[in-house]
Amino acid sequence: MAIEVNGKTYETDEEGYLTDINEWNEDVAKLLAEQENINMSEQHWEVINFLREYYNEFQIAPAVRVLTKAIGKKLGPEKGNSQYLYELFPYGPGKQACKIAGLPKPTGCI
Amino acid sequence: MSEGQVKKFMYVNRKAPHGTIYALESLEVVLIAAAFDQDVSLAFMDDGVYQLKKGFNTKGIEVKNFQPTYRALDDYDINKLYVEQEALEARGLTQEDMCVPVEVLTRAEIGKLMETQDIVLSF
Amino acid sequence: MLHIVNKSPLDRNALDTCLATAQGGALLLIEDGVYAATTGNSAVGKLKQAMGQMKVYALKPDLEARGMADRVLDGVNLVDYGGFVDLVTEHATCQSWL
Repeated sequence: MAIEVNGKTYETDEEGYLTDINEWNEDVAKLLAEQENINMSEQHWEVINFLREYYNEFQIAPAVRVLTKAIGKKLGPEKGNSQYLYELFPYGPGKQACKIAGLPKPTGCI
Repeated sequence: MSEGQVKKFMYVNRKAPHGTIYALESLEVVLIAAAFDQDVSLAFMDDGVYQLKKGFNTKGIEVKNFQPTYRALDDYDINKLYVEQEALEARGLTQEDMCVPVEVLTRAEIGKLMETQDIVLSF
Repeated sequence: MLHIVNKSPLDRNALDTCLATAQGGALLLIEDGVYAATTGNSAVGKLKQAMGQMKVYALKPDLEARGMADRVLDGVNLVDYGGFVDLVTEHATCQSWL
């Protein structure tokens, strides 16, 4: 599978995750978000950027529980809870946010 | 799972990091199983201690460097990492060569810990 | 001839059999075999002894991947993939102790 952004083709797997994390850019993220019916706000970007930083440091997409805790530590307790994250990404912060961030599906996410 | 069902899991890692897929597979299973909130410990024995040798640079062999992921284990509340003393000595390694905080135990001590587990997973 | 060992000396007997069999020539350590060429490993004695009869090489990318490139035994020659190919072509025959 593949998606097209600004005339360039980006390969994805059968579930729509970007094949090459290094090809990611904000325009790709916007299209991936659109496909998930998500309108990217500043709060969304905050989570996406956090996920990318986490991946760069640890080479994994964190499980939701870990993501929630880590976001709470970095961005404050009002954001480090699953209600806040599910409001931003209704079909699961792990699944949807990782996809938009260009990361592989979180390890342990079925 | 309810509190009463917490079991003691030990993952025993005995293989060098890149020559076989065991090290990476073990790490992935550990991360997946962490979702079940069990009492997890990791033992590194024999060539398994090489998994934690600081300073992997896998650019040349063109495989993913999974060493940074060991540093994420703490986020997953996995912080009982045991390394076999005899294995370190036979390989010219010390605790300072390890990429994450570990407790160095003798084989016999690891053996005793093994006896206290509900489930032992071998890699 | 060229002997290639890709197993850790402390996990398998490939290096032992190789060194007991080889009649000179060259030894190339690759993959987990490179651990034999690192200081402090208990196989170092055997390797040093082998160096009297054969030239010993180790693949640098494999040492780097394992975080061991900074503790290579003196006398071991490091090669990259190009050097690996050269060694294979320089020798008439090649035995991989898998």
